Formats: sequence, structure tokens, C-alpha cells
Amino acid sequence: MLLGAAFGFGLVVALRALSGLEIFQTEQTGYPHVVVPLITAPFGFLFGFGAFDYWFRWAAGKPTIPDDHADHGATRWQDYFKFNTDHKVIGIQYIVTTLFFFLIGGLLALLIRAELAQPGAQVVAASTFNGLFSTHATVMIFLFIIPIFAGLANYVVPLMLGAPDMAFPRLNALSFWLLPIAGIIFLASFLAPGGAFDAGWTGYAPLAGGAPLGQTFFNIGVQFAGASSIAAALNFLVTIITMRAPGMNLWRMPLMVWAQLATSLLVVGATPFVAGAQFMTLFDRVLGMNFFNFLEGGDVISYQHIFWFYSHPAVYIMMLPGFGIISEIISTHSRKPVFGYRLMALALIGIVVLSYSVWAHHMFVSGMFSWLRVPIMISTMLIAVPTGIKVFSWLGTLFYGKIHTYSTSMLFALAFIVTFTIGGISGVMLGMIPIDIHVSDTYFIVAHIHFVLFGGSVFTIFAGLYHWFPKMTGRMYDEKLGRIHLWLTVVGTWMTFVPMHWVGMDGMPRRVADYAAQYGDWNLVVSVSAFLLGAAQLVFLYNMIVSWRFGPKAGPNPWRANSIEWQVSSPPPMYNFDEIPRVVGGPYEYGTPGARHAIMGDDEGAAVPEPKPTTVAAS
Amino acid sequence: MTRLPILKLVLATLALGAVQSVVLLQFDWFGDAASTATGPIDTLMDVTIVVSSFIFALVCVFLGYALIKWRAKPGDEGDGVPIHGNTKLEIWWTMIPVLIVVALAGYSWAVLDDIETKESNAMTVDVYAQQFAWTFGYPESGNKWAEGELHVPVDRQVIFKLHGQDVIHSFWVPEWRIKKDAVPGITTDAIVTPDREGTFQLVCTELCGIGHTTMRAKVVVESEEKYNQWVNGLEQEVPAFLMSADQALEVQRRAEERERGIQGSGVEETGSGNHAD
Repeated sequence: MLLGAAFGFGLVVALRALSGLEIFQTEQTGYPHVVVPLITAPFGFLFGFGAFDYWFRWAAGKPTIPDDHADHGATRWQDYFKFNTDHKVIGIQYIVTTLFFFLIGGLLALLIRAELAQPGAQVVAASTFNGLFSTHATVMIFLFIIPIFAGLANYVVPLMLGAPDMAFPRLNALSFWLLPIAGIIFLASFLAPGGAFDAGWTGYAPLAGGAPLGQTFFNIGVQFAGASSIAAALNFLVTIITMRAPGMNLWRMPLMVWAQLATSLLVVGATPFVAGAQFMTLFDRVLGMNFFNFLEGGDVISYQHIFWFYSHPAVYIMMLPGFGIISEIISTHSRKPVFGYRLMALALIGIVVLSYSVWAHHMFVSGMFSWLRVPIMISTMLIAVPTGIKVFSWLGTLFYGKIHTYSTSMLFALAFIVTFTIGGISGVMLGMIPIDIHVSDTYFIVAHIHFVLFGGSVFTIFAGLYHWFPKMTGRMYDEKLGRIHLWLTVVGTWMTFVPMHWVGMDGMPRRVADYAAQYGDWNLVVSVSAFLLGAAQLVFLYNMIVSWRFGPKAGPNPWRANSIEWQVSSPPPMYNFDEIPRVVGGPYEYGTPGARHAIMGDDEGAAVPEPKPTTVAAS
Repeated sequence: MTRLPILKLVLATLALGAVQSVVLLQFDWFGDAASTATGPIDTLMDVTIVVSSFIFALVCVFLGYALIKWRAKPGDEGDGVPIHGNTKLEIWWTMIPVLIVVALAGYSWAVLDDIETKESNAMTVDVYAQQFAWTFGYPESGNKWAEGELHVPVDRQVIFKLHGQDVIHSFWVPEWRIKKDAVPGITTDAIVTPDREGTFQLVCTELCGIGHTTMRAKVVVESEEKYNQWVNGLEQEVPAFLMSADQALEVQRRAEERERGIQGSGVEETGSGNHAD
């Protein structure tokens, strides 16, 4: 890494000296001697770490070092700090890293709430404040929600498919190692002259174009996070399409796998757009190009079109995996097949298709051409339909079930349904142009997005972590602490984000360090609740860490679930399966005597039951 | 398998939805109203709140019922009834939401057309937004300008021409319900008909830098006479440095045209001159 940084630094100094320019250019957006090493250092790190060893040897025609799988599995904690190609190790690396960034993002949020607890200036200066909410959003989105879903899926999807690993294990490892790089770049921007990037996570031009050096850290960090996402999504697509166990046709895939398939289709299609938008801003800033420079004929609004063409689908990238998790948990804990399985899968695909046609609802007041507004309003409101189908189908799954609520994962799933419904409803409101004109860029937006991303995504993340914790660690977590965490989180979420709707509708804009005195009381409630919500997460961390070390041993299948990952030991053996399982039925055949999802290698003698029809009319 | 008490569940949903609606309609969510757009927009919001209340009630009632009715007894290791779906029901719960959202979208469209209809006696005001101040030009009153204070007459439609000077700002008076970005390089419109006299606050709602929080201006809505008196008391014309790129280029183009005009015309107009060529 140091070599890479030194190389970049040296290159800039040498070239600038050769061309007779001033060696250190320190105009606000310049700093080539910082920017170039910022790009070369991560690559230096990846080279030094051995991320490219195999590929380079192969490309150079040298004998490759055959993978003897010595680097599979992790026996000591130090193994998690190595370049490892085992999807289970990578899954845990993802989850632990992203939870670390969840804490950082949460601390940033608490600083924001401390400043906003009362009108007037309290804790930080206005310039620092803008940096705080920008990094909070960026860290939470790019380094927590999106990648932790990739981490969970990394662990469970190959197991669910009956596959020994992901399709491209080395690419998988590379996807992970790009993440801490992005995180360090984002956080390092606090050290840049002028402070952290402060143009919001949206980085709108032309504000971002003239912002201090920190903005460049954002532009470059997004490239690494985005590359990580795209590589992981490609890996999931190939894995899901080509590595399903014999008999696992599309309609026998668990909905978690369907959700990951849908999410990956969004990531590979949309993420290049945010990368493009940030490259264009970077080039505007550093190379003096004029994509968004209105004085030189650049078009300011086109930034928003490119940015939201990624960033609206991104909301679904952060939600669809959660839908998959909830389907698994609700079905397992109500001992019933998912209601309307095929429509559930099709709804996911419907969301993928529709979500490419709704981006401009973020731009109803942006001054874009006005004819686009109504078509976008209609597609935006229609996307509520497949989402509604999912909610109704979860309720349908509960009916006539045997609902077990002993596990925290199920409780989080139920809390998710109620909380997410609120976020969905306020989303439909925001789709309606006249309402959006009033509440756009107010705290109503902040409330909506947190109901969707905290009450939605984060609840599903907790549900998923509790659900698969026994599988990943081989130990049970403490349900009592889980319940404390659940109730504090649910109450904290509602008390933090519900009043934000009210002050927003009443006229409080977002992204402000100060506000009119009339909003003081509610903001104090919000701030106190936010600290409660923050404290609740400490319970979660304590539970996870202590249970990982000291929890009672979990059997292979503590939830009596059907899908394949529960048919192997906890944690699963190094190569997942001694013999690839054969899939003989749907994933949720609860209540049908003798029905099986998969036959594992070690019970070869088991009879293959007749395939069951997938739709039975309820009377 | 027991039959569902559908009627009771529906009645419970209607009751809960009605209670929620009644409670939620007690509040003026959007705050004070001071323009003709507030009526249609606030009614739209109320209708949406009522529809939403019933949808939320539906989810709560059915979820609650399922949890009470089918909660497993401790130690019960049995499975639920293996129902995989019900095609008819699934078609219903796809089509009904489609109808609801299409109806709401149609209604919103009608409201949008209503609030954006231009009137023949509308007056134009130029709004110049720069980090971190608002300035207002009155092109129909000799292009006079004022800083930090906007005066408009009551009961007359105003078309605000928004000019972003440096970065994107956004023009919002909460009591008017109308918001529009001021975008550098182009001119955008905000159409408002204030219908209540008083003093309000203009808020910048698009993050525009360090001073974004404090980028406010005073808005005074007053009678036609008072307004005329005030605007006639202004002395200076909008200075060149305040003009949007558009306007500046226009001035430059006219100057060039005057010069060319000496050598005779015949040169095609090149349009707005917005794009550097």
C-alpha cells in the first residue's frame, strides 16, 4: 500500500516537475499529489495482499499456484484478516466489517442529533455539520446496508443452492477487500483540508464541483464501493444461474435466492451509473472538464438524472434482500409454505423492472422538463403494488399457520411488516406530485427514508442476523437479550422517526444545522429517542459477541427449517457438502407429510416423494 | 380448517381505519395556508391520509388476528395447514391496489394541473438565488430590485422566474405549499397565487453549502396599493452581476447584435445562447 502510495505520489511529483508546473498544486479542488496516490494506494494494497497473484501469473504465462484450498476455512481469528476465498469466511468478514461501519455511521448520526436537540448551535460548526450528515448517509448506504446484505447472502446463498462455494471465489474475496478501502477513504476525508465531503451523499453538481478536497475522497471512495458491489452481484448471478444443485429448478429456489437474483440484476444494471456520475464530477473537479459546469455549457440537471438512475434502484438494492430474508423467517416460524410463492418471486422481478422507471420522482421540483413528471408519478405509485403483494402474502403465510414467536428473528420480521408498511405508505404519498412539491427536501423525506431503511432494511438485517447466527457460529444467541434489543429498537425507531414526519410537513427543511424555535420540542424528543436507539444496538453487539464465544451449542437446525443450509452442521463443513444434495421439492413444504426439499448425500436411501403441486386453492 | 370470520375482520378494519382517519384529520399537517394552491393540496393530503389509514388498519387487523388465532402453543411441534396460495385472492390483491394507486395518481394529476394553471393577469418576479442570499427583481416595475425581502400583492398570480447564480437552491414558502429549485444555467418557474396577507419566510431547501441553514428571506404579502407603494419606492435596477447566465448572455447577444446591425442583418438567430458554441 505504501509502495502504491509512494508510486502515485512520485509519479505526480515527477510529471509536474518535468512539465515545469508548480509541484504541489493546492487549489481547492486540485491536489493531484493527494488524488493520484488515493487511487494508486488501494491497488498497491491489493497487490501486496495477493489479491491479483493468481490472475497475473496466469496472464503472464507463468505456472499458477494451484489452489490447494489451504486458505479455506478459518481456524483462528487471525484467519479473518487474510485474503481468503471461502464464501463462509468472506460472509463473516463482510458482516463484521459492515457492522463496524454501522457503529461509525450511528455515532455520526448521534452527533447530528446532538446538534439538533435544541435550536441554535450546540456541538459543531455549520461546516462540520454538513460533513456529518454526508458521511453518515454515505457510510450507512455504501458500507453498511448494501454490503451487509451481500455478506449474509455470501454466507447462505451457496448453501441454499447446494453449491460448494460461489462461482468465482477469488473475485468474491476481491469484492470484500474493496470495501474496507472505500470505508477508509470516506473516513479519511475528515483529515483533508476543508474537512469531510459536505455536499450530501447525493453530491449534487455544481455544489460538489467546487467543494473542498474531501469531495474527491467521496468520488473515489464510491468507485471502490461500487466496484465491490458490481463484482459481488456478477458473482451471485453466475452462482445462482449455474451452480444450483441437481433438481433445483427456478421454482424450487428459496425466496432468499430469488431476492438475491433480483438484487444482483439491479446492481449490475444501475451501479455503473453512480460510478459514472462520480467520475464525471471527479473529472470536472480535477481535470477541468465541464460535464456539469453551467458556465461552460454543462448541464446541471443531467447529474441528477444519472445519479438517481442508480440511486433509486439502490433503494431496492437495499430492500429486496430483506424481502427474501423475511419470507424465509415467516415461513419457517409459522410452519407453513410461503403464500403465493410464484407471485412472490414474480413481484421481485416486477420491482426490478419498475424500479428502472421511477428515478425522476426525486426530481419533481428540480426544474427538469415537466412532461416527465406524470409518467414517473404513475410508475412510482405502481411500484407499490408488487410491494403490497409481498406484505399481503406474508400475512397470508401467517394465516392457518403455527406461529412461533420464541425467536428474535421472527419478532423482528413481524415488527418489520408493520414498520415497513408506514414507510411504504409515505412513499406513495411522496409519489404524488402535489404532496411531494410541499414536502420535498423537508424532514418528511428524512422520516420516510429512515422508515424504509431503518424500519425496513435494518429490521430485516437484524432478523437475518439472528436467524442465521446459529448457522454461522454454531452457537445460540440469548433470546432474552434479543427481546430487549427488539423492543428498544422498535420503540426507538418509531419515536425517532415518526415526529420527523410532523416537523417536516409543518415546514422544517432537511440538512439544516439550526431550525425555528417552534420545532424545538419535537426535535428534543427525536434526539433523545435517537440516543435510546443507539444504546439499544449495544445490547445487540454484546449479545452477538458474548454468544459467539460462550453461547450454548446450536444443533444443525434449531429452527426446524427446510432449506438446504439447515441440513448441514452448524457451522457447515469446509466444503459445505460431502456430496452435492439432490433437490426434490419446493423449499417450504411444511405441513405436507413426507415432502422434502432436498435429499442430502448421507441419507441416500430416502425415498423420493412425488412432487407436490405448488398451488392448492384454499377453501 | 376453520372458516375465516371475514365479515368481522372487515368490520374491525373499517372501524380501526375510521378511528385513525378521524384522529389524523384533526391536525393541520401542512401548517398555515396562504395561497390558492393550499386548498387542493391539503384536500389531496387528507384523502391520502384516509386511504392510508384504512390500508394500515387492514395490515394491523389481519396481522393481529393471525397472531392471536394461530400462535403456536409451547411445545407444539406440528406444522400449519399446507396452503400454497390462492390464485383468485392473489389476483384480487394485485388488482385492487392497482386501482387505488391509479385513482390517486389521476387525482394528483388533476390537482397538479389546477395549481399550475397560468392566469392572464399574472405578474412576473425574478428571484436570484446565490450563496447564501435571496434577491428579487421586478421586471414589470422598471426592473427594480430588493435584497432579502420579497413583496407581492395579495390575490394576484405571481410567476417567479428562478435564477440560480452559483449552485442549486430551492425556493419554498411553506404556507404557499409551492417549491421549485433555482438551477444555474436555466430558468425555472414557480407559480403562486397568495391569498392571505401577512409576513412569511422563504426557505432554501436544497443544500447549497455552509450557509444553507441561514439562507432565508422575508416574504410580505400585502394589498395591491401597499405593494405598489413599496415597489415604486425601490431605486436601483437589477445589477449585471446578479443576472443569471441566461440573462447575461442575452444582454451580451443584444450588444453583439447591435454591432452586427451596423453591417446589415440577415444572420439567423442562434436561440437562447445558453449553450457555449
